[in-house]
Amino acid sequence: MSEWETVIGLECHVELDTRTKMFCGCPNEFGAEPNTHVCPVCLGHPGSLPVPNEEAIRRIVKIGLALGSEIAPRSLFHRKNYFYPDMPKNYQISQFDLPICVGGHLEVELPDGTTSRVGITRVHMEEDTGKTTHGSASGRIHDADSALIDYNRAGVPLVECVSEPDMRSPEEAAAYLRELRATLEALDVSDVRMEEGSLRCDANISVRPSGSDALGTKVEIKNMNSIRSLERALHFERERQVAALEAGESIVQETRHWDEDAGATKSMRSKEEAFDYRYFPEPDIPPLAPASGWIEEIRGTLPELPRARRARYESDMGLRPEVARVLVANRASTDLFERTVAIGAEPKAVANWVTQDLAGLLNEAGTDARDSRVAPEHVADLIRLVADGTISGAGAKQVLEEVLETGDEVEMIVDRRSLRQVSDEGALGEIVDMVIAEQPEAVEKLRAGKQELIGFLVGQVMKSSGGSANPKLARELLLERLS
Amino acid sequence: MPVEIDVDRVARLARLELTPEEKERLRLQLGLILEHAAKVGEAAADDVPPTAYAIARANVFRPDVPEPSLTHEAALSNAPEAEEGRFKVPRIVETGS
Ligand SMILES: [Zn+2]
Repeated sequence: MSEWETVIGLECHVELDTRTKMFCGCPNEFGAEPNTHVCPVCLGHPGSLPVPNEEAIRRIVKIGLALGSEIAPRSLFHRKNYFYPDMPKNYQISQFDLPICVGGHLEVELPDGTTSRVGITRVHMEEDTGKTTHGSASGRIHDADSALIDYNRAGVPLVECVSEPDMRSPEEAAAYLRELRATLEALDVSDVRMEEGSLRCDANISVRPSGSDALGTKVEIKNMNSIRSLERALHFERERQVAALEAGESIVQETRHWDEDAGATKSMRSKEEAFDYRYFPEPDIPPLAPASGWIEEIRGTLPELPRARRARYESDMGLRPEVARVLVANRASTDLFERTVAIGAEPKAVANWVTQDLAGLLNEAGTDARDSRVAPEHVADLIRLVADGTISGAGAKQVLEEVLETGDEVEMIVDRRSLRQVSDEGALGEIVDMVIAEQPEAVEKLRAGKQELIGFLVGQVMKSSGGSANPKLARELLLERLS
Repeated sequence: MPVEIDVDRVARLARLELTPEEKERLRLQLGLILEHAAKVGEAAADDVPPTAYAIARANVFRPDVPEPSLTHEAALSNAPEAEEGRFKVPRIVETGS
């Protein structure tokens, strides 16, 4: 691998979750009945007039400021012409040579703890396209002689963020996408759900001999709908290109489609004519010229960004870098952490619960952290009850599982499941005495020096108590009586 | 003098199949239109920057407030064909968009 260097750039599309579409007042809502959020503007009826959504412009300026872009004093919308029925106008309103945000960068934290700086080329505003179903909606794909189109998504505000070809490995590309997603989520501009398509990503990848400055022929990969898919697709494509070059073949500049099931990228088109979108300025929309006062006002609304937050968690709260990284990766975890700490729980304990036990359970259940029923009070109660010995660590995990299912209060679940540990010395002492009486042989050997038998005896106490004994106290009481 | 134009390329971009006669007619007509447009360049002085807009306005926005959409029936009423609440169009052939 070291003989070859990989060069990766990403183009990400982000749907803004404004209330209405980019150029008309139709609701911007995922999952509605087909063609119910459409009007003459987003259906491209003749004579209709698109007018930009001020909130969408505000949000892209916010994104640009967070990425350190220059906000262009003047930018234009252009028509991008193409023949594809997913845009009823036969063009998409986009931006061309004068985007709103120019330049910038994102500091990316890699899994090994090092950081890298990925340049941003540009961030521009456009509109999303409609959704096409090939064949009938009920799924007759093979005899498809027609396509069905739902224009609810046509005209939804879409931000395109183009990175410089600054990434050198699939892992770095994945880290960039994670950081971008966390940043957009912190900015509160999009719900960034990759599985629903509100965050999408295409990748450009090429390889070149290590030490070379010239770029190799690049290939564009599409259709990756998770960060994991992105990483897998880039690994596959890197291997494919290196193998081809080592076999003396050349790389064809093309678009390839990631096939998740096959775990491979596949060429999308055999012969491709260089496409001419005939961009020209959208005559219906006057130029954008954001006033500097407005830009400064938007700058004032920037929240703490993931990178600053990670640094604060490490320095002020003493969290380990990898814990801070997982915590800040998504806003639901960050919010739960912050709110639990705010009601008095100890930060490190909260971070452990949120990034380990809870994250593990959510992952198993395939639940998005944003849809979890776990509230700050739940986490704080669990930490408190484990700390004062009321429940065991294992018991707390059972409680958490049930909180996820029911959302019930922690103490209620503890009682319902009889998870309270016997920590009362009197009650536990009786069980301990009983076990000592029942196990004379083990007691004899322990007294003779076989220290490991203490574990066995603690186990017997736990068993006799029906699992409710506090094991730490049981051990103390046993040692006290047998030494 | 009409401006020379590559009719074949323009026809390909517009997905139009033209007969040789149509091509010749359109080559002349489009050339004359371009010739006419080129006169603007003659009239514009050096201190007039090129623009795509007739009026000097900027930042025309609308507030992010929902307005009624068309009814589902009205939306589909102009569709040549519809099925399952969607616009039905001929099979899409990838052309490199
Ligand atoms: Zn509309």
